[in-house]
Amino acid sequence: MTALLEVQNLRISFPRRDTTPLVPVDDVSFEIHRGEVVALVGESGCGKTLTGLAIPRLLPANAVLGDRSRILLNGADLCSLNERALRDVRGRRIAMVFQDPMSSLNPVMRVGAQIAEAITAHARVSSAAACTRAVALLTEVGIADPGARVDAYPHQLSGGMRQRVMLAMALASEPDLLIADEPTTALDVTVQAQMLELLDTLRQARGMAVLLITHDLGIVAGRANRLMVMYAGRVVESGATAALFAAPAHPYTRGLFASIPRLEASTERLTPIPGSVPPPDQWPSGCRFHPRCQAAIARCTVERPGIEAIGPEHDVACWVAGGVGE
Amino acid sequence: MTAPLLSVEGLVKHYLSGGFLSRATPPVKAVDGVSFTIAAGETLGLVGESGSGKSTVGRAVLRLEPPTSGVVRFEGKDLATLDAATMRTTRRRMQIVFQDPLGALNPRRTIGDSVAEGLIIHQLASKRDLGDRVAQLLEEVGLDASYAGRYPHEFSGGQRQRVGIARALAVEPRFVVCDEPVSALDVSVQAQVLNLLLDLRDRRQLAYLFIAHDLAVVQQVAHRVAVMYLGTIVELGPARSIISTPRHPYSQALVSAVPDPDPARHRSRIVLEGEPPSPAAPPPGCPFAPRCFHPRRDTRCSAERPALRTIGDRDVACHYADS
Repeated sequence: MTALLEVQNLRISFPRRDTTPLVPVDDVSFEIHRGEVVALVGESGCGKTLTGLAIPRLLPANAVLGDRSRILLNGADLCSLNERALRDVRGRRIAMVFQDPMSSLNPVMRVGAQIAEAITAHARVSSAAACTRAVALLTEVGIADPGARVDAYPHQLSGGMRQRVMLAMALASEPDLLIADEPTTALDVTVQAQMLELLDTLRQARGMAVLLITHDLGIVAGRANRLMVMYAGRVVESGATAALFAAPAHPYTRGLFASIPRLEASTERLTPIPGSVPPPDQWPSGCRFHPRCQAAIARCTVERPGIEAIGPEHDVACWVAGGVGE
Repeated sequence: MTAPLLSVEGLVKHYLSGGFLSRATPPVKAVDGVSFTIAAGETLGLVGESGSGKSTVGRAVLRLEPPTSGVVRFEGKDLATLDAATMRTTRRRMQIVFQDPLGALNPRRTIGDSVAEGLIIHQLASKRDLGDRVAQLLEEVGLDASYAGRYPHEFSGGQRQRVGIARALAVEPRFVVCDEPVSALDVSVQAQVLNLLLDLRDRRQLAYLFIAHDLAVVQQVAHRVAVMYLGTIVELGPARSIISTPRHPYSQALVSAVPDPDPARHRSRIVLEGEPPSPAAPPPGCPFAPRCFHPRRDTRCSAERPALRTIGDRDVACHYADS
């Protein structure tokens, strides 16, 4: 069975004057199957958001994709499509939800009209039919009194409701893949719980695949089938969520787990990762995590570790944890 | 028992809106009758969602915004009765660390100057010693003393937060309000700053009012926890017992909503209906009543506001918390 989405050797670079280009995403490959939830986890600056934007080809105009980069949706390469063909893919096949709904919504347009716009962009329907559908979508995303809310402006809605409106717009054309970039980060915890529950219900009802981009390992647990951990532009570990949570192998992933405050924790202190994430123009040679790594050996400083299987559905890019060549 | 370092009684902060060119609207009741104490060296965690009034409590306690009513006593003295000069010397012993250190630091001053400012104002170091004191403070928060000549934009978020902490510590406070001090930081850095705050507390016997929306973060540092909802405290007690057996329905929902990074453990998940009401128009009875799922919720809840009452090791504001 072919994957719904196959990303191969994704490399995103930004040319700079008088110096080498900046490469915030370097050689990222993964696939997503129908109906599956895949999480992309990492800290700020790891390249997770750019990876998400690259899929529907929404990168800034000065971004350059690598020669070997392929983004295959049902086997068709999105890298070779023209703008017109891409417009058809965006929204209809692939939809996105971002962290901050306020900056994605038009502040001077009623939300119902914005949803209707998303509907008429991809289907030849009357505006009356689009409006009826907008109300139905608002009902589906759990907005109380949808008949009245279609006439509201974004500022009249709470953060949680705005995010639901964004989700309604994303669902308007029944996409095969939803890319959700930090969809609950701006929301309060109790509203976050509502939103994640809703996302799950909708995914199951529609058989839609979800790429969940987040910094929070906590929301991934129990929700994603598979998980990829990114650090400094590369995937350092990936695998089935259960396997990876049971035995994280990469020192960075282990460090992340040891850094998370937990409710059930003992009185012991957290064990932080020393240092901080370097900016993309200061990424070190070899394994990019080596300056912060407790387990680093000489080889880590010069030679980049490839991603290797260490178990069924569990891959890691580390000279020490991978045991490659030992 | 010795008198607490800080005691807050019936703190109220209402904001008026409109009235000049627009019609006057009812006041926004950001904080509506909050009382607690903090002992020397103790950390009280103040947890709640956005709009619960937790940051307003922190600012009102320091009189950065004078409260509408209520009494704040620090070292036994009512802050409202102090004259300006006494208030200034008292301020030295109560400091604040903000969520966003970039917004709190002057971008055009070196971080050394920013840290030195309090020392100069309160005449805590002579001109000759100033450089040494700043270097000491930077090293105490885990920064290299040679960074003193750099500007805020040259630092990462975690390093900036360390500067913010050094600045607060410079004047040797006994009490520090930490307002979401780690929520803007990456997880790997968040743990570093939390550990630093713990080290400093132990070394300097600091008392913290630790304000955060994240219960898991709060349980790392707090001895006691106060849960706020819509301007009032709904539950107050020892951190461990509130997190393991929350009694107020809102605390229960908050605990269950904390994302758990362990897929093997299945906690019961309570998903609340709706969202918090506006603090400009709070419901008449219990503020949580419209979203409450307690099996005994009844007309009393929507008519009569429950007062905090002691149940076992804690105080709970719920008519039916003991059933």
